[in-house]
Amino acid sequence: METSSSPADRDNREGIAGWLNPSRYGWERVSYWLQRLTGVGLLAYFIGHIYETSNLTGGIDAWNAMLDLTQTPLGHMILILVIGMSTFHSANGIRLIFTHGGKGLGKPGRPDYPYDAVSLNYRQKSGIWIALILAAVAMLYGASVLFGGE
Amino acid sequence: METIEKIERLDKKRAEGHHKHREIQRTSITLKVLRGNRAAGERTKYDLFEVPVQRSTTVLDALLYAKQYQDHSIGIRYSCRMASCGSCGMKINGIPRLACYTKVSELEGGVITVEPLANFPHIRDLVTDFEQFFAHHKNMQPYIHNDEADMDTKQVNRMSEFMQSPDDVDKFLQFSYCIKCGLCYSACPTVATDTRFPGPQALAQAYRYFIDNRDNASKERLDKVDDRHGIFRCHFAGSCSTVCPKGVDPALGIQLLRGHLLGFSSNEKKKAELKDRSKQ
Repeated sequence: METSSSPADRDNREGIAGWLNPSRYGWERVSYWLQRLTGVGLLAYFIGHIYETSNLTGGIDAWNAMLDLTQTPLGHMILILVIGMSTFHSANGIRLIFTHGGKGLGKPGRPDYPYDAVSLNYRQKSGIWIALILAAVAMLYGASVLFGGE
Repeated sequence: METIEKIERLDKKRAEGHHKHREIQRTSITLKVLRGNRAAGERTKYDLFEVPVQRSTTVLDALLYAKQYQDHSIGIRYSCRMASCGSCGMKINGIPRLACYTKVSELEGGVITVEPLANFPHIRDLVTDFEQFFAHHKNMQPYIHNDEADMDTKQVNRMSEFMQSPDDVDKFLQFSYCIKCGLCYSACPTVATDTRFPGPQALAQAYRYFIDNRDNASKERLDKVDDRHGIFRCHFAGSCSTVCPKGVDPALGIQLLRGHLLGFSSNEKKKAELKDRSKQ
């Protein structure tokens, strides 16, 4: 056998790669993954947004030139994505505020086989689906406004 | 009457649960086992073993068959073979499971991939190092703190017992079923990137003792988990509860403990009374 493996290999940690595969553990893990992904996406958007609005300091022409960039199909697609990300992140975030405070999770009890975790109950799954549906509806509405014309 | 209804409900639940797992009939499987001694600096590789199986064969049975008849050097840790000791935790087809509790007939595909638990330092083949995991567990002081009770076990006549109601017990009993198999620790996405995060097992144990009304160290326990790398690093991915083989539901314990820490839940508990045996 070949030798040498770094200490990082021996630690055998999944690292960021562990976050990137949400399909193994059910809807709560998908929700966790989407919450992270939309959070990072929104952060990137806010940085871009600050850059965009900072063009106001360059005068009306600079501002109009920047606005023209957003009035393209690609610009509209990005905005629709931002609408979806912010809607999902907010709706799912409200669910998480309650769960992180121990609300809506059910009570501990005496587990019976086959074990169904009470914390992963229908209220949580419904919350995730509501956030997804709201995001889809918001994106559709955004698309109809942005691409629907005057 | 109530008991009969409860049993009927459980039977129905069991039947539905069994229905969820489609049984796959096979006469043999290929085990794809990760091999290598990373502690000694070796690179890892996968070895394939063709193993005959029956309907009730577990992954542990298949591994032990391969070890007995094909390669004695397969490194594997196991003990009770009945999901009580928590020794045979490993990644089976990418998901942390107990090898003794996973039947090959539950798994899709002709090749079953078996790897050591992720997020634990690797020793050899399927064996991992639990030192850090147990250190987090011990750090939560998993025992009752109570200055009022006489703990001198040599003075039996002076020992007292706590009076608890079934409701008091139900608050922590579920979390005391933890067998420390490490599956939750392996599935947790926070543990995957933060070595100082105590992990679902330790945090659930913190709640188990926090909510026990024989314990009077609630503040100390909250202080332990209220750390930069503590309970607030949990983002409720729920994977710990998905993989738990004993129905402990660590995610529930963690969120309930955080509810107390954030003030969402009342922190007052009625202390269990001490019954003095010497006065009987």
